[in-house]
Amino acid sequence: MANSDVNVAVRTGTVHALVGENGAGKSTLMKILYGMQRPDEGTISIDGSPTDLTTPADAIAVGIGMVHQHFMLADNLTVLENVVLGDEPRSGGGIDFKAARTKIKDISARYGLGVEPDRLVDELGVGERQRVEILKVLFRGARILILDEPTAVLVPQEVDELFGNLRELKSEGLTILFISHKLDEVLSVADDITVMRRGTTVASVSPGEVTARQLAELMVGSALPVPELRESTVTETPVLEVEGLTVTSPDGRAVLDAMSFTIHAGEVLGIAGVEGNGQAELVEALMGIRPLQSGRIMLQDKDITKLSTRKRRDAGVGYVPEDRHRQGVLLEATLWENRILGHQTRAPSARGLLLNRAGARADTERIVEEYDVRTPSIDVAAASLSGGNQQKLIVGREMSGDPVLLIASHPTRGVDVGAQAAIWEQIRKARAEHLAVLLISADLDELIGMSDSLAVILRGKLVASYDPTAVTPEELGSAMTGAGDGGPHD
Amino acid sequence: MGRISLRSVGLGLAAPVGALVFALLVCGVILSITGHPPFSVAEDMIGSLERPRTIANSLNSATTYYLSAVAVAIGFKMRLFNIGVDGQYRLAAMLAAALAGASFMESLPSVVRILLTILAAMLVGAVWSGIAGFLKVTRGVSEVISTIMLNAIATALVAFLLNPDRLAVTVAGSNNIGTAPITEGGQVPGIPYSGSSSDVYGLVALAAVVGVAYWFMLNRTRFGFDLKATGESESAAVASGVNVKKMVLASMLLSGAVAGLVGLPQLLGDSHSYALDFPAGLGFTGIAIALLGRNHPIGMAFAAFLWGALDQTSNVLDLSGVPKEIVVIMQGVIVLSVVIAYELVRRYKLRLEQRDVGRALGTTKTPEEVQG
Repeated sequence: MANSDVNVAVRTGTVHALVGENGAGKSTLMKILYGMQRPDEGTISIDGSPTDLTTPADAIAVGIGMVHQHFMLADNLTVLENVVLGDEPRSGGGIDFKAARTKIKDISARYGLGVEPDRLVDELGVGERQRVEILKVLFRGARILILDEPTAVLVPQEVDELFGNLRELKSEGLTILFISHKLDEVLSVADDITVMRRGTTVASVSPGEVTARQLAELMVGSALPVPELRESTVTETPVLEVEGLTVTSPDGRAVLDAMSFTIHAGEVLGIAGVEGNGQAELVEALMGIRPLQSGRIMLQDKDITKLSTRKRRDAGVGYVPEDRHRQGVLLEATLWENRILGHQTRAPSARGLLLNRAGARADTERIVEEYDVRTPSIDVAAASLSGGNQQKLIVGREMSGDPVLLIASHPTRGVDVGAQAAIWEQIRKARAEHLAVLLISADLDELIGMSDSLAVILRGKLVASYDPTAVTPEELGSAMTGAGDGGPHD
Repeated sequence: MGRISLRSVGLGLAAPVGALVFALLVCGVILSITGHPPFSVAEDMIGSLERPRTIANSLNSATTYYLSAVAVAIGFKMRLFNIGVDGQYRLAAMLAAALAGASFMESLPSVVRILLTILAAMLVGAVWSGIAGFLKVTRGVSEVISTIMLNAIATALVAFLLNPDRLAVTVAGSNNIGTAPITEGGQVPGIPYSGSSSDVYGLVALAAVVGVAYWFMLNRTRFGFDLKATGESESAAVASGVNVKKMVLASMLLSGAVAGLVGLPQLLGDSHSYALDFPAGLGFTGIAIALLGRNHPIGMAFAAFLWGALDQTSNVLDLSGVPKEIVVIMQGVIVLSVVIAYELVRRYKLRLEQRDVGRALGTTKTPEEVQG
């Protein structure tokens, strides 16, 4: 992504938020600040002196630390070992664990992080792991912290804790650069906000003078989409019937425990839950990727329990995977080749045992047009598109060929507001034409706005169901952690 | 892939050409250090290439190398490392030779005889690599390990069968033993090359057919798409409905079938019998050529010819007292440096493309246009 004419001034001892759509250039700016990429022009000054950052080591040396969105911790090591990894304090020939332990305890106490050095990372929850990441950066002497989408993996309660930590860090004189596209969070924690759009900085505002809506409109440059369904299109015809679905992990633990539900034509069933409660297993079991222990899956009154993934896809199941790089695209293949993926056996991608290249190319052009995939051509590799544009291509592909059921895991995760609106609109349209949708999302507003019915998944079970017109994100949030009283179970 | 731009061709050539130049430099330095003038050595080698016989022999080596490289490349495309091409072709050539030389084949028309020989070789190769595929699919055995072990077993099996009590006869006038000689009806006549005393193998056509079929399979068929997809990202392939186990087995069988062909140009075109002196180790050469040619049907053809030419021109070095192992050094350096060069070019290309995408988006649409 090209960045041009980016101007950001961050005051010492503040939380500065950087917001923008995906592909707006936030990640590129971050990489430049952390020395992972070099700017062609322009300067970076720290405390007034221009600095040349060519490697992350340079960045660390001048006191810049980065907390990545995806944690980089070794599960089988303790917190202490993880923190010192790569920056081990020496004493004689060995590692001075004692000094490190003291230092970690100091930092933890000073900033209220509550990190215990001798626990195994494997035992820690998501929020705790994040605090370990922050501590790792502080341990290396960072005075400026860059946090890349730190709340993406947290539930609302954990987000509040994180913000408490950030305020603590700020009061100790540290500077925080906070990347996000969750605007409510930005408004609640930031002292200054810089908005990026299309690779450049378009506005600097302070949270007191804007609303979330205005901020979002600055980001997109236009009015905002809202996740909402219009009139109900739910019919009486069941499309997907799941009975007693049980999946066990290799160690014999039930990760999905006798789950049953039905989705009708024209219905969107939303599944809310903290990540790791069986969502991934549910989706993979429905797609035929993960073997079942027991249970039955019916698609349009046909038993598909024993069918292969390909046969299920051919029967009209579309699949928007949670991790697009792992399951959604071939990064080094062109866009039109990616259009074929998952549709290898069907028109317009195939003709008998041969590929139909012309057909696939023409249909890729259609998807690029209809879903506003921003690319100069369909001959570039998928890896050269921004994440949001890759996602639009995937959704476009999965909605091709008139699917009867769409299994959508986080369909708008990491995509910009414009693309989000486009994806929602396409789902609405397909729903009106009797598409059944299983929607899994971490975005509670999306779940509430886009679902006809809502269920909460906890430890492999559907523990509660809610009427999306009557539930609040807070209620859902507490049901997700198992703290809520739960709705009437069906 | 659809459009061929000057830049992509240039980038495609940058790595092999760069590796070649680097290898030449390294060899030049080694020659100088050991007291041989590099330029006169190069002159000798290039000079020998002007002889028609050298060209014909280079083509013959290249034919064999190419088949071996395609066999390896089919595996590579799936990220499968078929190191067993060596054992597969030796076993296949030996059994096919025994079949082709058998007396009951005499009564068959020549075309049928040759086709039967080819089919038998493919079948043997496929069965031998299929064992590795089967073990991988059912028991999760790494194909690297199993194919290496199958190579050793093939060596032992060939030694066992190549015995006068079983499939071999003693070769008249020597203490060599081999399968019964294939009579004229079972041979593939060579193509005369003007000015050369040795013919070009008739089965050079088979290599061409295999190359075209390989290209067609990869780029035009659903099977080829599944194969490439599995190689690029197994998880994405699985999610798209590819049965990875089936693909592993199918590609191992296919790779082995092509491997079975490796020995045939020599067998049916020149030696007419599988004897103790039948060339070994071609399977490993195939790995180097597949790497150098980047699994590309045309790239591997060039790489195979380069390899063949290096082998053949090295013969001239003995005359001038230069150790011909310098060519082996050169081949080794080429392969090592080309692997690095390809990776560098790949990354550079991706960065260029990302910049292009960025630039195209920055200039083709302004935010205002997008909103409208």
